Amino acid sequence: MTFWVELLVSILLLIGGFFVLVGSVGLSRLPDFYTRLHAPTKATTLGMGGILIASMILMTYEQGYLSLHELLIALFLFITAPVTAHMLAKTALHQENRVLKRTRSQHLIKTAREQQAPSAADRHE
Amino acid sequence: MLDSAIFIVSGILCLALVLNLWRLMSGPDMSDRILALDTMYINSIALILLYGMYVRTGLYFEAALLIAMLGFVSSVALCKYLLRGDIIE
Repeated sequence: MTFWVELLVSILLLIGGFFVLVGSVGLSRLPDFYTRLHAPTKATTLGMGGILIASMILMTYEQGYLSLHELLIALFLFITAPVTAHMLAKTALHQENRVLKRTRSQHLIKTAREQQAPSAADRHE
Repeated sequence: MLDSAIFIVSGILCLALVLNLWRLMSGPDMSDRILALDTMYINSIALILLYGMYVRTGLYFEAALLIAMLGFVSSVALCKYLLRGDIIE
């Protein structure tokens, strides 16, 4: 019994660690900011999911009752990662970061940069 | 077996943190640096959880949850500062 629990937890940990490493290698190797944004927000979040599930299984086995704290962290990370990625992409558009030459729809960068909040006059029409 | 797996994954996470640190230092723009910091706090949450698994205690989850919340808030605050020149308008 203990062997199988340890095997399952070890496999989940190794999968999680692999995906976290893939995310960081992508962050350091990819050519421009918009491609770099993909690696940590997807691969690292998936790797964290693996590590948190491993921790959940181990703690449930060790303590003898269901341990669900880790699910809270996983849920929080899965909610906040896309929000952070969206904010970072908006920041990069606003700061006019260097983009790859073959990036499509580059004319939209100017539009996004000049985006304004709706004025009071428009709202009262 | 579990302890050696925890050691191997800790080594992998340290390597990932070094790669993030390299991007943090050499990132050409501010948004690259914010992204590197964001990834670094997520990786450090993983390291804290691994230490909690190594000593078989649930004491470190609260610390990990706090780091997750404060890291998210700080990333959003830095982005807001770069976007609007102000954090709370």
